[in-house]
Amino acid sequence: MTLVRGLQRAAIGLFAVVLLGAAAGDPADRLADPGQEAHARLLFRDVRCLVCQSQSIDESDAPLAHDLRQVVRQQVAQGRTDAQIRAFLVSRYGQFVLLTPKASLGNAVLWLGPLLVVVLGAAALVARRRAVAEPPGLSTQEEAALRDLSHEETL
Amino acid sequence: MIDELGQFALILALVLSLGQAGLSIAGRFRRDVTLAGAGEGAAMGAFVAIVIGFGALIHAFVTSDFSVMNVAANSHTAKPLIYKIAGAWGSHEGSMLLWCFMLTGYGAVMALARRLPFGLKASAVATQGLLGVLFIGYMVFASNPLTRVVDAPYQGNSLNPLLQDPALAGHPPFLYAGYVGFSVVFSLSVAALVEGRVDPAWARWIRPWTLAAWSLLTIGITMGSYWAYYELGWGGWWAWDPVENASFMPWLLGTALLHSAAVTEKRGALASWTVLLGIGAFTLSMMGAFLVRSGVLTSVHAFAIDPKRGVLLLGILGAAAGSALALYAWRAPTLKDEAAFTPVSREGALFLNNVLLAAATAVVLIGTLLPLIRSAIDGTPISVGAPYYNLTFTALIAPALIALPAGALLAWKRGDLRAALRRLWIAALAAVVTTLAIFGLVTPRSLLAACGIGLGAWVIVGALAEAAERVRLFRSPLPEVGRRIGGLPRGAWGMTLAHIGIGVFALGASFETAWRAEATEVLTLGQTMRLGAFELRLDKVAQSFGANFEAERAFIRVTSAGRLVCEAEPDRRLYAADGQTVSGVAICGNLLDDIYVVSGEPRPNVNGTQTHLIRAYWNPWVRFVFAGPLVMALGGLISLTDRRLRFAVTAKVRAALSPAAAE
Repeated sequence: MTLVRGLQRAAIGLFAVVLLGAAAGDPADRLADPGQEAHARLLFRDVRCLVCQSQSIDESDAPLAHDLRQVVRQQVAQGRTDAQIRAFLVSRYGQFVLLTPKASLGNAVLWLGPLLVVVLGAAALVARRRAVAEPPGLSTQEEAALRDLSHEETL
Repeated sequence: MIDELGQFALILALVLSLGQAGLSIAGRFRRDVTLAGAGEGAAMGAFVAIVIGFGALIHAFVTSDFSVMNVAANSHTAKPLIYKIAGAWGSHEGSMLLWCFMLTGYGAVMALARRLPFGLKASAVATQGLLGVLFIGYMVFASNPLTRVVDAPYQGNSLNPLLQDPALAGHPPFLYAGYVGFSVVFSLSVAALVEGRVDPAWARWIRPWTLAAWSLLTIGITMGSYWAYYELGWGGWWAWDPVENASFMPWLLGTALLHSAAVTEKRGALASWTVLLGIGAFTLSMMGAFLVRSGVLTSVHAFAIDPKRGVLLLGILGAAAGSALALYAWRAPTLKDEAAFTPVSREGALFLNNVLLAAATAVVLIGTLLPLIRSAIDGTPISVGAPYYNLTFTALIAPALIALPAGALLAWKRGDLRAALRRLWIAALAAVVTTLAIFGLVTPRSLLAACGIGLGAWVIVGALAEAAERVRLFRSPLPEVGRRIGGLPRGAWGMTLAHIGIGVFALGASFETAWRAEATEVLTLGQTMRLGAFELRLDKVAQSFGANFEAERAFIRVTSAGRLVCEAEPDRRLYAADGQTVSGVAICGNLLDDIYVVSGEPRPNVNGTQTHLIRAYWNPWVRFVFAGPLVMALGGLISLTDRRLRFAVTAKVRAALSPAAAE
């Protein structure tokens, strides 16, 4: 029955949520060097907890998130660069693991889309400025209807 | 029996919605007042029928009637009454019924509206009826909340404990009242396209609906955000989760709509753009409903359901939005929209606001949909997470906030920017002083956060300066000022409040994001840990009992330099009905800041003493983050009481109640 299956899926999803005790700062796991630990925490925020639902490993308490945190911590302690650590995670889990999409042709729309809206808006404003024409006035009937509705200016 | 009556009422609502659409269309084209009136009657009837169906479902939940599948799956006899009632809209099926309740409810109020011209009203009531047919039909045939089971279980499956929370019980009604409120604007936009006329009067008619929907949506989103903040135990208030985004998109576009409708109302300009926004806001609401329910998203909040329903909802979205947009493409070029204005004018400022809000909507839309599209096209799943949104969204909203106070002071048609800025000297002073003070005093230093807070001050003081300008404070004798304050329309007060609200939010969001502190330690009884300037001492851990859970409660004393700040009592709750453990967050603090404490699992120590994992956050100014949007919503609601924006139903209701007087 689909309902039962749905409920099972909901329960699994919930499990992930309930585990969300977010013990990214668990003293048992922390690196000895506070600087390195802080740096690792910054990296955590950009790494997706793959079994949870749209959370970073900094926020999730799922076992996989814990494992990933330990991997990142180890590599930070070994002195590997951020780029190396990210590349390692991507080679293992694919692009999905990074919460910041990489700059690529397929992802360009993320930045170009909103930019296009701004450009179109600016273009519309310029076009409107050229087409300067006084609007035809309202008919006396309409004026009366409008007066009836509004007595004073707002906004 | 009551369930069958409810079931019957839901089917009746579907039939009445069909009648509403058919009669209104016939009435419109034959110019027959009686037929159109019958359509309006059907709209009210559909609402009454849905109310009966909704009542039946709530009755089933309150009496724990587990022969109803939805109740068995989402309720439990041990659940407190309020969550039994809230359970009625806690599931997929029930929330669809809530959606239909709002849809027909708004339709009924629109049917009572007095001032709308005949053609526009009949077309709008017909459109609302068609929306009703789509959604009620979906509910009755594919997502029926009152379906019975053959073998009724003795006990229900219980509602997810995380959802058993006052803020979340009230969150869906507000959210849906907001989402679906845009349906009226959608219907009026479609009707305006059918009638081929968009004028200032039309813009005024959509304003109360937009204001109501926007204010309620603001409250709904804030409640949801607050729930996520204190229930999920992660210390944050916004995660750019796809479901949060789904509710945020209609809000952003609705905000743009409020402002562009003002331009159309005052100046007759941007008419076709306002119509497009009117269609777009509800389209995004429907898209949210689809995204949340189809299972295509991975999200904390998504309802888990089978994809068949997702396809149906996508079909509904495509049918409603697709036909409205096709109608727009066909008819919009014929709309008159030639009122001229220079870029430096109130219209220009509101246009800038609209461009930036539309671009911000595009950010959220693309960020939410691109992962779906990419994995559908080339099977390479990507993630678009908080880092992307924080960067792009802030880059678009900051300029909007910079422009806001000046824009509100510009005159229509041709403004004088210098004069406007001169009147804002006090806001500029406040912004600079605040930025410098924050930058100089708060460590670790953050120029970005200081600028964000300065921006908040600029917006707040700018809004106050604009209000002072309106009443000619300090420039006219006091009695004159008093007279002006009395004469100021509520809409003006509402605008000032809403702008103050966004400024307050900017203060909180900037400060909290930059200077929140976190600490996690394993403590034995009597041990202390540091959190920023605070000391937290674990005093004792005791057993306690709630209505349907038992809890292990930690008592933590928070002190600052030896002085008691507050006592936090986080707990870990075991809900026996479903065997789940949930962390109960404790929040205490002072006027603006929260100390946020979560107690984790107990850990046996090496020498056998019990220790507890305690995680704590200091969230400075976080209360501004929630207070700001509430002030905005309050502003919207105050504008709504402006007497020029009344729904104009009272007189008609009065007449209906006393037929003798009406004759």
